[in-house]
Amino acid sequence: MDSEKEAKKPDTERILNIAIEAGHILLENGAEIFRVEETMERIAGYYGVDEKEFYVLSNGIFATGKSFAGVRQISVSSGARLDKIVAVNQLSREIAEGFYTPSEAEEKLRQIRDMRDKRHIMQILASGVGSAGFSILFGGSFKDAGVALAAGIILYVYVLYISGPHLSKIPGNIFGSSVVTLICIICYRIGLGDSLSHMIIGAIIPLIPGVEFTNGVRDIAYGDYLSGFIRLLDAILVFVSIAIGVGVVFLIYRHAFGGTII
Amino acid sequence: MIIKIAAAAVGTVAFALLFRTPSKYYLHCGIIGGMGFALYYVLNEYTFFSPTESTFFAMLLVSLVSRFCAVWEKCPVTVFLISGLLPLVPGAGIYWTAYYLVTGQTALAKDSGFEAIKITVAIVLGIVMVFELPQKLFRGRRKRKEA
Repeated sequence: MDSEKEAKKPDTERILNIAIEAGHILLENGAEIFRVEETMERIAGYYGVDEKEFYVLSNGIFATGKSFAGVRQISVSSGARLDKIVAVNQLSREIAEGFYTPSEAEEKLRQIRDMRDKRHIMQILASGVGSAGFSILFGGSFKDAGVALAAGIILYVYVLYISGPHLSKIPGNIFGSSVVTLICIICYRIGLGDSLSHMIIGAIIPLIPGVEFTNGVRDIAYGDYLSGFIRLLDAILVFVSIAIGVGVVFLIYRHAFGGTII
Repeated sequence: MIIKIAAAAVGTVAFALLFRTPSKYYLHCGIIGGMGFALYYVLNEYTFFSPTESTFFAMLLVSLVSRFCAVWEKCPVTVFLISGLLPLVPGAGIYWTAYYLVTGQTALAKDSGFEAIKITVAIVLGIVMVFELPQKLFRGRRKRKEA
């Protein structure tokens, strides 16, 4: 009787590892804490692992089951991939409807992890277009938007090839907003664009930590205070770094040439 | 005004791409971003509402529509919410605070910094209020609209 039951029992370790992997992908790409927990519960529940407990923080997943314990450390997300969140979400629903065996689910998760990214050129152009759009939205003219477009493009080249791979968050953002401010000041001095402020405001928007901020707020709303505050702190650090970057360039300009710019 | 709203929609789509939103949701994101900013702009310019209050109401709209889209498309609400709220984020507030600080206009720096914080709190409240609504409400609406 006992051995028969044992044979039917699912492979706890394997199932929980699938759940952890799904949770890892979600968390890494900026999903809310409750969604990570819910998805992991759903996957483990469908495959019949009943003795399980998950504890998810913004930078780690802790999972225990019968004679199993798993911990994953995950660095605070930088660069969200919402497409992966959508894919894992879809996968977990399909698993719960019974479409996949554990090994198929593992294969699917591997595919999601290796999902192709948008081409760099597209991201760079999007950053430029976004900057131009926001420049107009905050009251800039079309000329300002043109400069913001150029600054946004250069900014994202910097983000993709310099700050992303080589710099940590705080210096990365400080230099990023400095670069933007510098480009905008140069353009303004040689007579392109009408209002320096609107160019800079538009072009720093790609640095704004929208994902961290939104998720921090939502985690707190769901009662995940610890993770929420970690994410909000992350967002605030970036906000402050952006302000420092802009400020430093203005300061240097003032000392070098005297007087205010605008 | 139309140009600004269009710019908000285009800007939102551009950022949706930066956040790697699947391309079939670009249209949703653009409409949500445009709608949110349109409501903010109209309230702020043509009524007695302050920027903070206007942001709050615009954020309510953005969160509501995002939740409806999430239910319709059966995908995480984050996808719509993150790009949709960007036009309301006080990016200008950050800039002016930094600018006034380094130019020594401390009083103005305090004002714009405080304004940015108020707007941020309005965004937070807008999100929290809408996500307190029970999920059933959105499912119910969906069926009625389909019928």
